[in-house]
Amino acid sequence: MTADLEFPRNIAIAGVYEHPSRFSPDKTEFQIMAECARGALDDAGLSRDDVDGLFGASMTMGMMGIVDLAEYLNLKPNYIDGSNIGGSSFVSHVNHAAAAINAGMCEVALILYGSTAASNSVAIGTGMGGGSKDPAASFSGPYGMTTVGSYAMYAQRHMHLYGTTSEQLAEIAVTMRRHASLNPLAKMRTPITVDDVMSSRVISSPLHLLDCCIISDGGGAIIVTSHERARDLRATPVRLLGCGEAVTHQEVGQPDLLTIAARQSGARAMGMAGVTHADLDLAMIYDSFTITVLATLENLGFCQPGEGGDFVSGGRIGLGGQLPVNPDGGGLSSNHPGMRGIFLVIEAVKQLRGECGDRQVDGAQLALAHGTGGTIGDKHSGATLVLGRD
Amino acid sequence: MTERTEIDHPLPYASWESRGYWEGAGRGELVLQRNRRTGAYQHKPRGVAVDTLDPDDLEYVVASGRGTVYTFTVTNQNQAPGFATACPYVMAYVDLEEGPRVLTNIVGCDPDDVSIGMAVVADFVSGTRDDGESFAVPVFRPA
Repeated sequence: MTADLEFPRNIAIAGVYEHPSRFSPDKTEFQIMAECARGALDDAGLSRDDVDGLFGASMTMGMMGIVDLAEYLNLKPNYIDGSNIGGSSFVSHVNHAAAAINAGMCEVALILYGSTAASNSVAIGTGMGGGSKDPAASFSGPYGMTTVGSYAMYAQRHMHLYGTTSEQLAEIAVTMRRHASLNPLAKMRTPITVDDVMSSRVISSPLHLLDCCIISDGGGAIIVTSHERARDLRATPVRLLGCGEAVTHQEVGQPDLLTIAARQSGARAMGMAGVTHADLDLAMIYDSFTITVLATLENLGFCQPGEGGDFVSGGRIGLGGQLPVNPDGGGLSSNHPGMRGIFLVIEAVKQLRGECGDRQVDGAQLALAHGTGGTIGDKHSGATLVLGRD
Repeated sequence: MTERTEIDHPLPYASWESRGYWEGAGRGELVLQRNRRTGAYQHKPRGVAVDTLDPDDLEYVVASGRGTVYTFTVTNQNQAPGFATACPYVMAYVDLEEGPRVLTNIVGCDPDDVSIGMAVVADFVSGTRDDGESFAVPVFRPA
């Protein structure tokens, strides 16, 4: 561990809550967030009056959105962060909350997400590429860029260079569905096979329908505080051991599509935590598409570039395998209400607290969570956490 | 089933920073920005030469229009106007001879015939506008 990566290990996650709903046509985003706030406060044994830091983002919150959220909840926090770097925002909010708490700017940070993407019929993956009067968007809109298309171009390049196959990607979807079958809250619980994935229609080659995440409603909440405070609270604290965040983009016309933000944020988080890949008991990896998991595992260094296809095969990323990934079933099968980062942290915390029933990773002590925001074939952010059981 | 149409490219909008690119396309030229001091090309266009952060270092160069496919996807589903009835269409990154890697569409061939490394050449598609601009959209065809 180098000096500039020293990170005080005095920050803990004291409470989490995942909204049980996957379809909430009768609720608003902010209502879902409020219900999640209550759930996480109950989990921690805190009250709303304890919250002095508010963090949040959503698909519809724009300028002043975090102020609107504070008003909705009637909170008057001392520290406010509405930064939005895509689906990874909430992983990054944990980093920011840790920094704020360490700097004495707040003591109890509440991180919120809520979405009604499914009940509003938001076409997250395929509805883009239309006209926009934003000059910058004119370099993608006229070409029909879609979210799934961006990831598909990554997959196509990876297959060309390394011989990665659609069957290997399908293994990821099959594994996530098997995990979801063990999660009572998951939206899609009926097991699928590699053949099911391969025979589902191609959305954007080489990605099939079942290579794509589902669209659900939902939300979640996380409470971050000092370890000193957390150890006196209701839930077992989970320590933040390391964190990192990064962006990757077009690099003025020289993008290496296969190098994603996880490479930078992951190395930083793992360096801070002083852990090796073999130390980790599970990984929560943003799975917007099957290729996202393969790309992220490679860039985090779990395997060498080009070896991801083999790494995700043979049960290695399933429960009972070398590195269980997304025991909750992930965005591919459990829930994906537009931005999924918050659930990566929530499931990691529950796993480390040993509360996951049939999908529990036995003896989980160390977990990594990595969120990707945006699209890996265009521009995106990455945020990584290393979390440890107390 | 609706009959497949050509892509009806949404109209590009320019800031002063990107005007040279779209106006160049309107003349049938692929115009790139370059730093006159360092020789570095940059894409997408912007108001400064990015490696020196100096607007005075910018110059505009007409590229050859030749390139190779870096990666691509055949898109079968996009509900957006202009694309919904054009599926399947090919979106791709093309490596230009001059260096920059640009997002584009590959047209003028069966989508199934597109491959990584394929040689392509720029073409320019214009549409009807009601704002007096003479922009076009650079796309690529098999060379």
